[in-house]
Amino acid sequence: MILEKQRGGLSTGRSISKTLFRKPRNALEGGERAAAEAVAPNVPDRLMEACPGCKAMIFADQLAQNAGICPNCGLHHRIGPARRIALIADPGSYHAVNEDFTEPNHLGFPGYDEKLRRARAASGAAEGVATGFARVEGCPCALYVMDPAFMMGSMGTAVGEKITRLFEAATARRLPVVGFTVSGGARMQEGILSLMQMAKTSGAVRRHGDAGLLYIAVLTDPTTGGVTASFAMEADITLAEPGALVAFAGPRVIEQTTHQKLPEGFQRAEFLLEHGFVDLIVDRRSQRATIARLLRLHGEEAWT
Amino acid sequence: MKAYDKVLAARAGGRPTAASFIEGIFTDFIEMHGDRRYADDPAVIAGIARLNGRPVTVIGIERGATLEERMRRNFGSAHPEGYRKALRQMRLAEKFRRPVVCLVDTSGAACDIGAEERGEGQAIAENLTTMMGLRVPIVSVVIGEGGSGGALALAVADEVWMLENAVYSVISPEGAASILWKDAGAADRASECLKLTAHDLRRMEVVEHVFRERDGWPRVYDNLRAALWKALGHYAGMGEEALLAHRYEKFRKIGRMGEA
Ligand SMILES: [Zn+2]
Repeated sequence: MILEKQRGGLSTGRSISKTLFRKPRNALEGGERAAAEAVAPNVPDRLMEACPGCKAMIFADQLAQNAGICPNCGLHHRIGPARRIALIADPGSYHAVNEDFTEPNHLGFPGYDEKLRRARAASGAAEGVATGFARVEGCPCALYVMDPAFMMGSMGTAVGEKITRLFEAATARRLPVVGFTVSGGARMQEGILSLMQMAKTSGAVRRHGDAGLLYIAVLTDPTTGGVTASFAMEADITLAEPGALVAFAGPRVIEQTTHQKLPEGFQRAEFLLEHGFVDLIVDRRSQRATIARLLRLHGEEAWT
Repeated sequence: MKAYDKVLAARAGGRPTAASFIEGIFTDFIEMHGDRRYADDPAVIAGIARLNGRPVTVIGIERGATLEERMRRNFGSAHPEGYRKALRQMRLAEKFRRPVVCLVDTSGAACDIGAEERGEGQAIAENLTTMMGLRVPIVSVVIGEGGSGGALALAVADEVWMLENAVYSVISPEGAASILWKDAGAADRASECLKLTAHDLRRMEVVEHVFRERDGWPRVYDNLRAALWKALGHYAGMGEEALLAHRYEKFRKIGRMGEA
């Protein structure tokens, strides 16, 4: 439920230009930018941003070409559905479903309409998850990708409904589901209705599984709260991105509740792997190949 | 009563806890311990009892009646092993064809290093998928506080009931207030916004029944026993496929008012 302090930093155009126009925080930063501009004097659009992992200044286009991974420290920066789909799906193979699906402010929660408006402006999407069908190295699958720019992928009734519909459609079409999670948890502005989405999505995941179909989840930074306690942790195969925070209660809440110092690397993907909750940690650049291999092992190559 | 007064009533010290409900509703309760994986979680009590003579599996989140009990039971905040103990008992209920009754009373799942190390999120998630497919009737009753995922992990049921002063919410009003307005003191305002009272949830069709408390606890237990007898009989006679379809649809319909 509680959003952790942003670690990955959103790679959106907006944050990049803000970085460009803000004053350098220290001499080194300013100096590096001057040096970078000297290297590329004829590219005025070559924007830079500070990597939240190593604090180095990185060119935005360099980051984009590297799948949003810092070339200096390897931090997997947060990316949105459009870039993720481009990295995973075969070109031109993705077809979105329920793209404009929204739900009303069921509880009349104060300030929620305005929050939704801002989330739509920031993400360019109607809701916090993209769902559709695609091919990965030729293997057909249903695909969902949660959106960190939309209220940090929080799950309300629209997200729950879109995920549920995707699993139901995948069950009907006998397709595997590949899903990328990123979430601050349940969306509190929808009260109990958002909590119920955990049960609803779990029902759809269960039916898909009972039909003998494969579900692969890829946990990305951060995956927390009600999403961790439902469809993120219900896959047949659970992959995670390096360094991703995956938790039920976030580290700040635990620190405040217990007044204990948290162990090094607590709740990171590597910690979950060590404790038996993740099958494999996969670098973003090799996810497409890994997912395709897994889909083939459960599809055309499977015993009949 | 205002919403926040209900929150305070649901948490009040003198309010009976799950153990008292079990004692008041059922006979011959025999408690079963442990999850066979890690430990026995005192925050969850589970076992077999008789409802009007017939066997049922009963699972309750137990806050504890005295301070000493409360500390031993982690104030009713269950660790993964508590949810896995419940899961084990539900699987046995399915094997031996007896219905499951869950009594929910928790401010939320345990929030500490151990809970996370042992996979609190995974434990809750596994209960959700298992309960969605469990081939025996399930009724869950929120008897006090229904705190978020830690409550839902025992409340995927054919029917969910609440006592009239119980509350059920995605987040504590204090938590919501501190996130929304940076002021945990605004919990009364947050309680109104979250629509967490039994009557709110009945209106939203998240719960099927609300039980009066004003006639005293013995009457509450009698009413629950009669209602459970009727409901479990109804669902047991439904046939497995119809039962699971009904349970799926109960949750499937929640929050489906959207466009397209
Ligand atoms: Zn870096």
